[in-house]
Amino acid sequence: MHLAYPVVLAALLFGVGVYGVLARRNAVLVLMSVELMLNAVNLDLVAFDTWLHDSLHAGQALTLFTITLAAAEIGLGLAIVLLLFRARGTADIDRATALGDPAEPLAEEAPAGAEALKGQAAA
Amino acid sequence: MNLALPVLVPVLPALGAAATLSVGRKAPGLARPLAIVPVAVSGVLALVVALQLGTGQSLDAATRLTPTGGPDIGLALHLDGYSSLISVLVGLVATCVQVYSTAYLKKDPRYPSYAALVSLFTAAMFLVVYSGDLIVLLVGWEVMGICSYFLIGHHWETEDARSASLKAFLVTKLGDVPFLFGIFLLGADAGSFRITDVLAAATDGRLGHPTLIALLLLAGVAGKSAQFPLHTWLPDAMAGPTPVSALIHAATMVAAGIYLVARLLPVFLLSGAALVVLAVMAAVTMIGSAVCALAQDDLKRVLAYSTVGQLGYMAGALASGDREAAVFHLVSHGAFKALLFLAAGVVIHAAHTNSISAMSRIPGLRKRVPDAYWTMGIGLVALVGLPPFSGFFSKEAVLTAAEHAADGEALTNGLGPSSAVPEAAGWIVLVSAALTALLTAAYAARLFLVAFHSPTGAAAKAPEVVPAPDAASVVADHEAGAPYSPELDEADPASPEPPAMRWPLWVLAVPTMGFGIAGVRSDWLPALLDGGSLRPSAVTAVIGTGLAVIGLLAAYGAWRSATSRQSTGRATVPGQAGAPVADVVVADPGRTLLGPLFGPARRGFGVDRLYHVLFVRPVTAAAGLVRFLDREVVETYVRGTGVGANLLGRAVRLAQTGNAQTYLSALLAGVVLLAVLVAV
Repeated sequence: MHLAYPVVLAALLFGVGVYGVLARRNAVLVLMSVELMLNAVNLDLVAFDTWLHDSLHAGQALTLFTITLAAAEIGLGLAIVLLLFRARGTADIDRATALGDPAEPLAEEAPAGAEALKGQAAA
Repeated sequence: MNLALPVLVPVLPALGAAATLSVGRKAPGLARPLAIVPVAVSGVLALVVALQLGTGQSLDAATRLTPTGGPDIGLALHLDGYSSLISVLVGLVATCVQVYSTAYLKKDPRYPSYAALVSLFTAAMFLVVYSGDLIVLLVGWEVMGICSYFLIGHHWETEDARSASLKAFLVTKLGDVPFLFGIFLLGADAGSFRITDVLAAATDGRLGHPTLIALLLLAGVAGKSAQFPLHTWLPDAMAGPTPVSALIHAATMVAAGIYLVARLLPVFLLSGAALVVLAVMAAVTMIGSAVCALAQDDLKRVLAYSTVGQLGYMAGALASGDREAAVFHLVSHGAFKALLFLAAGVVIHAAHTNSISAMSRIPGLRKRVPDAYWTMGIGLVALVGLPPFSGFFSKEAVLTAAEHAADGEALTNGLGPSSAVPEAAGWIVLVSAALTALLTAAYAARLFLVAFHSPTGAAAKAPEVVPAPDAASVVADHEAGAPYSPELDEADPASPEPPAMRWPLWVLAVPTMGFGIAGVRSDWLPALLDGGSLRPSAVTAVIGTGLAVIGLLAAYGAWRSATSRQSTGRATVPGQAGAPVADVVVADPGRTLLGPLFGPARRGFGVDRLYHVLFVRPVTAAAGLVRFLDREVVETYVRGTGVGANLLGRAVRLAQTGNAQTYLSALLAGVVLLAVLVAV
């Protein structure tokens, strides 16, 4: 089988995953999109492993590794989403902006006192 | 000779200064002994050293202090007749001043620091006198400068004292910078900083730039010895306590410049131009200061201007190539000027004012301070130069030196050829010295008559109860517009001065009257110095004394006419109608004698104002510019960095929305961008 088929499939899967991560609002769907991206990479690894006739099958080994990693990641991710939902009553990712730094007007930091000090130093 | 004694002479007062400063605050009872004893002991030691050394001898000892790239700097000692004589003078005057100060500054809370500074100053002067190395001499020279600064500013509560101390410091430093370069050049040319080596090099003609060296050194001398054009600090320095004026600004520190030129005279003799410059400087100083002294209203300022003029005499003697005469006049002047200042201090305490016109209105002043009255009279006669007082002999020595120099046969006493002294220098000195003798007599007579003998004061008998005017009204009593250096004094004018203020006067009166005799025979004082003659010659003696008598008579006549005019109630000089009341009341012979010159002379011929325009204002403007550059330019940049960081921070905050997907989008965009960049 020509390499192009699995690679193009992987690229499509990855593209879908990126779109999902960047555009979906629901956190669970975002996690699923991450899985899609990981699996696109797995597909690439296996395809290239076969294509390159690697005697050690490093690609396959790495794929197993990635799968384990993805399992752990999704477990943690779902736990976080669950907690978020419990706390906020929603799993919308663009409403969880508590860590942001909303732009508020800067207070001019007490220029009068500073000027007075400068005046003393000059005198 | 045992080297420990001469070494102890400068060291003892320095240790005394340290001790006074460290224990003076905690144990006030110890401050006075610690101030007097070391100075007195080193004065005695100086006398012992002088006696052991004897006449015609010299002693040199040196140890290398530090190697330098060029000539080494050594801790060197050089003793000869000159250093012996001047160190004895310094010891005597410093001891008198320390004793006097214990009474004069009795109630002063800062007495310990004052006494410590006087001791330190004495140590520095001894160092200058004894040093055989120019760099070590410079150390003493500068220590004296800083002590003088602190002592003039002793009453730093007053604006006058503060500005006077700053002025003295800056003006003398202005002279010291060229002086430093002169020493470097001298050391580089001679290959050594040792004075003996320098003099040997000068005698052998190994100095490459004698004129330049001499002129650079002269700048320092002009600053230290208050010669024109750097004389302006000395009259203002009278804002310090009176004993300080006696010690520093009459007897010792200002003499250091003269002493230095005397030590290095062979170098100066190599350059006729430098001698002419010195002569012109001395002539301008002498005549100008004498005219100024005739117009001053402040007792201490009269004495200060007279100091400037007498230093001009010494500089004139040096310009005539005769250092014996210069040092002779230095010593006799040191004694009688210290006496005059100390007596003035007593008078000022009794009268509670510095102004002689205000003193003239105090009834019976001379009966209240008989010691000061008599000793001041003695000092003034010595200043005028009437025989047989010391001032006569020393002034005649100067005139004789100038006369010989004018004839082309200068009394260089083997330091160089007589032809080394230009005749022009001799003539300049001779003419100006004669004229100054006349003026000196006039202002001395005016001072004495106005302060002690005015009709209002003399007519009244010494009152039983002295009116104790409150200080404010007396201070305001001096003539309006006259430069005045008031001094804070807490003494009660009603109580007589303590013995500690009385007997130093008589101690100093002895050399004032008798020291001049030492110059008469060539195996007395001249044997100690260069072995020349200090005997007054007939022609100059007659001319000098005659001029002095004429000056006295002129001042007396002017005073009589002014007094009688005043008693008949007529207005004084025409054109003075608008003058303040005080001007009209006091019969001032100076006004009659000087005529239209009086106003300018009272203000020192506007030299201060000229310097203000030439130097002070540009410096102030430059300081304003620097302030502008600092506050408006440099600070703008500093403030700009803060504002810029703030704005940048605000921009960065805009990106931090809290939406993870936005971040990820930016991340992706970055990755794509990097990938494209790497690929392309």
